[in-house]
Amino acid sequence: MTAPDPSGPDSSDRVPPGPGDRAGRDPHRHDAGPPDDGDGGGRGGRAGPDRARPPRIPTPRSSVEDTGLPLAAPPSPTPSTSAGSAGPPVPAGSVPPPALDHQVLKALLGAWALAACSPAETAAVEDHLGGCGACAEEALRLREAVGLLHRPESLDLDPALRTRVLESCLGRRPPRIPVPSWAMPYDAETARLDALLQDIGDAEWHAPVRLRWFDGDEPTSRRTTVAGVIAHLLTVDGLVAVTLGLDDPLDTAADAPGPAARTEACWRAAPFPPTRSVHGPWREQSHNLVRTAAFATDGGSGRLPVPYGDFELPLRDAMLDRAFETWVHAGDIADAVDYPYEPPAPRHLHAMIDLGARLLPSALAARRRAGLTAPGRTRHLAPAGTPGRSLRLEIEGLGGGEWLIPLDSPAAPASPDHEVAHVALDGVEFCQLAAGHISPEEAAAGQLGDREAIRDVLFAAASLSRI
Amino acid sequence: MAKRDAPPRWDRKMQQRLARGEAAALGELYDRFASLVHGLAHRVLGDERAADGITREVFAHVWENPESYDPRQGPLRSWLATLTHRLAVQRLRTTEIAALASDGTADTDRLERKVHRASVAARADYIVTSMPTPLRAALELAYFQRRDYRQTAADLGVTEDEARRRLRLGLQLLSTAHEAGPGPGSGGTPPGHGGAR
Repeated sequence: MTAPDPSGPDSSDRVPPGPGDRAGRDPHRHDAGPPDDGDGGGRGGRAGPDRARPPRIPTPRSSVEDTGLPLAAPPSPTPSTSAGSAGPPVPAGSVPPPALDHQVLKALLGAWALAACSPAETAAVEDHLGGCGACAEEALRLREAVGLLHRPESLDLDPALRTRVLESCLGRRPPRIPVPSWAMPYDAETARLDALLQDIGDAEWHAPVRLRWFDGDEPTSRRTTVAGVIAHLLTVDGLVAVTLGLDDPLDTAADAPGPAARTEACWRAAPFPPTRSVHGPWREQSHNLVRTAAFATDGGSGRLPVPYGDFELPLRDAMLDRAFETWVHAGDIADAVDYPYEPPAPRHLHAMIDLGARLLPSALAARRRAGLTAPGRTRHLAPAGTPGRSLRLEIEGLGGGEWLIPLDSPAAPASPDHEVAHVALDGVEFCQLAAGHISPEEAAAGQLGDREAIRDVLFAAASLSRI
Repeated sequence: MAKRDAPPRWDRKMQQRLARGEAAALGELYDRFASLVHGLAHRVLGDERAADGITREVFAHVWENPESYDPRQGPLRSWLATLTHRLAVQRLRTTEIAALASDGTADTDRLERKVHRASVAARADYIVTSMPTPLRAALELAYFQRRDYRQTAADLGVTEDEARRRLRLGLQLLSTAHEAGPGPGSGGTPPGHGGAR
């Protein structure tokens, strides 16, 4: 039933199921194939009615007028050449055409063109086309239109294309109001997660997800769903939104101001588990955050403090933290629905690792206060300003680099002269550790020097993780 | 998608933000329309890299000439589709002419037919994505899911009359893709219009 096109090469395009659809993801793929592929059985009327009486259908006028080109070959090959699909055309005599009048038959033309009529109706329509020029003309037009139906192209755009397109635009006309460099990782990560969410089906929003993190030195986890994760991101991103003067997405009171309490309050407040309806608000807020960060009152320096409950981060670091969390949870979601998901662009990954490295000294201090550090020979405090013992953190791979971590006090500057240990880790591995997805014992780290110091730093990295 | 029914206010604000030189607006514009632009370009050119190139050109054009879009003339969406269509067809013609020149055969009729077919296919895609949801849903069931019109009616919870009407109307809209208008905006959808070169 594909609209006959003797010039051929395009007709393969007309096979409807999108080639870009991921295997197993398209609910319709088992139904693959246009209706004329291998029918013949079942609904006998679907056997390409266009082949029945080609000569009676007038040739199209539009293509000539619009292009000035010579007429294409006649719209339908003779029945004998209608190779391939389906059985023989319905013999006009085999099903007595019901007596239907012009109006009724005309109304059937769309269904007829789609081979979606009963055999009797098909026969009646085709019988009518022989005698009614107006209907024959419309029939041809609609039949040709069917040939234009395609599955839409795959929606999977390469996320790197976004970066390339935007950069090329901004290179041609520099923005008067740029997105601050520290907001770019968040912009990119939310765009990547959004693309993943666009791609998943309704049911997948309810796929179970286990969120994992470290509480002290203990691995912890919490079960939720894909939609629950997005509600979590929406709610915690809300900390930044509120700081920037945007609406708080959380409309109930939380027990405490931090990410965990807000998330619990959000999950608790709704009588039903969240659905994909959280997608829109999450995306709108993430766009608004990027937009508003560019206008932030402190002239783009990003120093505005964002309260996280028991600590605070300057806006620029909070946006990096949110970028990191967006990536980590996008990875959780991708795992849950069995999609591949790549790490961030190297320079964004680098910025996230840098944030982690900068947070390590206070995480070490918190472990010391909680009595979690190894007792004994560690010098617990260096006088502020004097260089203390330091650990060299070497991060390998794209986005990597080297950081000197002061071990004794956040206030004591690190110094290569006081290096007591050297740890080498892959960048993504370090992020997985800081996300609480792998334990410090599992982290494949190359180690040299003070084992206790190394252990403390790896545990401190894990303690950066939160729900 | 709800986004499709966004009010024209969004278009107006977007145009103003782009004109003001707000980089974040460009990102939002891309997030909303990149898949439309890339999909249409891909339909015309049949090539991923070429479609990437057109996507870059389209957004660069809007970013560099935000005033070339006039919200009073119609939705941003159809304006972008028209622009994409024009640039993609231009590119197709250029590459095909180059190919013809290199192998010495100057079959311009074949070239024009190919350009015309690609152009119609892209207009058809645009019409399908822009037609009212009930029509699209009916076509989806009858064509892709191979339901006859009675089953289609049952699936949609409408009368058989209504199912027949939707199938016919949907195909009528789609058939306007053959009318070479100013762009994919023609026929059943807001007309495409000039403004972008």
